[in-house]
Amino acid sequence: MTTAPALNRREFLKTGAAGGAALVVAFHLPGSAFAAAQEQEKKTPNPLNAWVRITPDNRVTLILGKSEMGQGAMTALPMILAEELYLDWKQVSVEQAPTDPKIYDHGTGGSGSVAGSWLPLRRAGAAAREMLITAAAQRWNVSRDTCQAQNGGVLHGARKQFLTYGELVGDASKLPVPDLNTVPLKNSDDFTIVGHDRKRFEAAAKSTGASKFGIDSRMPGMEYAVIARCPVFGGKVAKFDATKAKTVPGVRDVISIDAVGQGAFTSGGVVVLANNSWAAIQGRKALNITWDEGPNAEESSDSLRKHFIENAAKPGKIVRNEGDAEAALSSASKKIEVAYELPFAPHACMEPMNCTVHIRPDGAEAWVPTQAPQWAQGVIAQVSGLPPEKVSVHTTLMGGGFGRRYQADFVMEAAQVAKATGKPVQVLWTREDDMQHDFYRPASYHKMQGAVDAQGKLAAWKHFQSSTSIAAVWDKDGKEKPEASEFATAAFIPYETPNFRVEYALAHSGVPRAWWRSVEHSSSGFVVETFVDELAAAAGADPLKFRLQLIGDARKIPDFTNPKQGKPLDTARLKGVLQLAAEKAGWGSPLPKGVARGIAGYYSFESYTAAVAEVSVEKGQVHIHRIVYAVDCGRPVNPSGVVAQVESAAVYALSAMMKDAITIDRGRVQQANFNDYDMPRISEMPRIEVHLVMSKEDPTGIGEPGLPVVAPAVGNAVFAATGKRLRRLPIKPEDLA
Amino acid sequence: MATTFILNGKSQTVDVSPDMPLLWVLRDTLDKTGTKFGCGAGLCGACTVHINGEAARSCQTAISAVAGKKVTTIEGLSADGSHPVQLAWIAEDVPQCGYCQSGQIMSAVALLAKKPNPSDTDIDDFMSGNICRCGTYQRIRKAIHRAAAAPAGKAKSA
Repeated sequence: MTTAPALNRREFLKTGAAGGAALVVAFHLPGSAFAAAQEQEKKTPNPLNAWVRITPDNRVTLILGKSEMGQGAMTALPMILAEELYLDWKQVSVEQAPTDPKIYDHGTGGSGSVAGSWLPLRRAGAAAREMLITAAAQRWNVSRDTCQAQNGGVLHGARKQFLTYGELVGDASKLPVPDLNTVPLKNSDDFTIVGHDRKRFEAAAKSTGASKFGIDSRMPGMEYAVIARCPVFGGKVAKFDATKAKTVPGVRDVISIDAVGQGAFTSGGVVVLANNSWAAIQGRKALNITWDEGPNAEESSDSLRKHFIENAAKPGKIVRNEGDAEAALSSASKKIEVAYELPFAPHACMEPMNCTVHIRPDGAEAWVPTQAPQWAQGVIAQVSGLPPEKVSVHTTLMGGGFGRRYQADFVMEAAQVAKATGKPVQVLWTREDDMQHDFYRPASYHKMQGAVDAQGKLAAWKHFQSSTSIAAVWDKDGKEKPEASEFATAAFIPYETPNFRVEYALAHSGVPRAWWRSVEHSSSGFVVETFVDELAAAAGADPLKFRLQLIGDARKIPDFTNPKQGKPLDTARLKGVLQLAAEKAGWGSPLPKGVARGIAGYYSFESYTAAVAEVSVEKGQVHIHRIVYAVDCGRPVNPSGVVAQVESAAVYALSAMMKDAITIDRGRVQQANFNDYDMPRISEMPRIEVHLVMSKEDPTGIGEPGLPVVAPAVGNAVFAATGKRLRRLPIKPEDLA
Repeated sequence: MATTFILNGKSQTVDVSPDMPLLWVLRDTLDKTGTKFGCGAGLCGACTVHINGEAARSCQTAISAVAGKKVTTIEGLSADGSHPVQLAWIAEDVPQCGYCQSGQIMSAVALLAKKPNPSDTDIDDFMSGNICRCGTYQRIRKAIHRAAAAPAGKAKSA
């Protein structure tokens, strides 16, 4: 009997802010792109209001309904609209949508922006085009069939007449909107924009300092605030003395805000208000605070590890059980048992958290670097008591998101301060705040057991995981399914076996956890692709051949974690990227002495990625020479944008394996800044090559899928080079000794 | 206390504490928000400006230290994004989120002023102080080589 955890859409009640009024905040966790598509498809605004603004002098502005955090949504999504509208891309400008959840499915995450916008934007663009054609046909008093859209206008070929969209939009906007389900879409053979490289729309602004990020927001009379939060998770202010702080030049006042639990998950703390950022930071240093450290002051990385190991010694909750893995393992002549460990990982966005809010009696305005504008609006509405329609949330550019900016904590804090002071305020986080009050990628421990039979087939695969579950942040007792957020593809591996068992045990932790780029795939990818490599080695088989053999014939494997909506894993496409990456990397060809290759292939966010890493180990240091990728994410809308995202995910993956870890001691994060959690530098970068499968399938995710294959490919290469197997991250010198 | 310095070619006088870092004077007092705050500890390079033509971390530079000196920020490289390094950045489609790029560009301009034809090792050494969380390093390297190869006489700091 198996359980089917599904964590794609949940509704949460009661953000529990001070003031007590319950607010139903409906949102969906960054889950499958399919779920996201359904959300936008349900909203059917007039495209000439919501998506395309055309002025009488034919200037076209396309509206972006998702957040731009570097992933390229601001370019790729308008490309889809421009294609259906037969626009000249050079004529196009792009504007961020106002926050209006009735019209836009704003939430940006789960690698779902292009995938979730593909059909809705095609339909919206097509509908707008059809309305403009109808307006032209009516103007000329001809049949619609004799008119066609071209170059930002409508052409009547026979009479050689042409009207720009600008000349038509007044009439077109008054026409009924065609049925979006049946509006004719452009033939993909005729695409001139989609599928062709386009430079990032805002590249020039980002190269001149002109782009405004959340932290650059300014409002007349704005104050700057920094917050002293208890360094121990779950702790709070016992008492504080602001006398000295108030004497710091520029400091105007010091107040306190309460912690907010479920939903926002803020720490509360002491707020220093000043007329510039520096004074606020200096003022905070001068505070005298006594903390009530709360229930988590004994937690440490060591205590957590002990907890993991205790859990691993007992049977866990059965997540999935096919056949009889226990029996198969006990009768196997050659079996292996290993344990993998991954630490908490920080997001470390280059732009620290911040939020700018002004709450007035008659309305509120906010400038928020957010992946969830709808949630930001809901939080500010709740705190202010204003209806959401009176809360104007401007989504700014942001210096990285990676899942961190989907949270509402930094918005809630700013709303609380704004409500208390009545003035516009920017709450600014320092790097130390950001490093120590993150929502981390969970720490996890995986005990793996497997066996290969005499025919080289996978006789059994057993995966026990204990982790500090993301789902359990929302449900502290673990009564909901804490395992639902922790396995993903590890619960439906592509390797055929008659005996497959997955178990889970929750490890309680006071450390906040949430979605870190690729979420649970960041651990599942490492675990699955390292373990299958270990099995290959035990069987004396080539790692690529072994994988291809175990993946077996072409078949579609249902997404066990999301059987109703998740796209099945197409083994042919997975084999495709494994083989393409191997081919482009020259798998099997000679390498210089000391250099070796490792491979990994994985399915995540409905896309297929494989990577081959070339590595050498010198003087106890891993040196990565090259990473060669093959990627199948369906039809690439902006191929160069896809490549950029894979390059980006590779570096993000390396940041969590090559250097430092987040460690907990006495209930607090020990790392503070880039001196003790350093990032990969340009001098440490491998060459990264990305090969795209130019698929004609609908687009699927790419912001995250590049990440899960990096750690295992590198680890597998280290094994090939040295015989040493990496089982915990980040890499420690003693693991290579 | 009044401090006078030259910002992007124009004389500027600010009345702030002498120990206030240049970064915050630029961002909060003078509304020049192109220079970014990333760490406040001189570890990430997002705050890089030029002081008398040399790359400097403005979060580690007190305003008093720039009295009488020439400060150039990202806004001062060109009026319209036409500095060769900026053009190279655009041609190579370097930025992703873009937050680190002001600092990256300022460091790159300073590198090219010292070494008009930098090797990859030169790039490693000079640019290692600038973190990019989006991983645009490969493209930064390509853009620096591209700017170095641009017509002579243009790849100089402003």
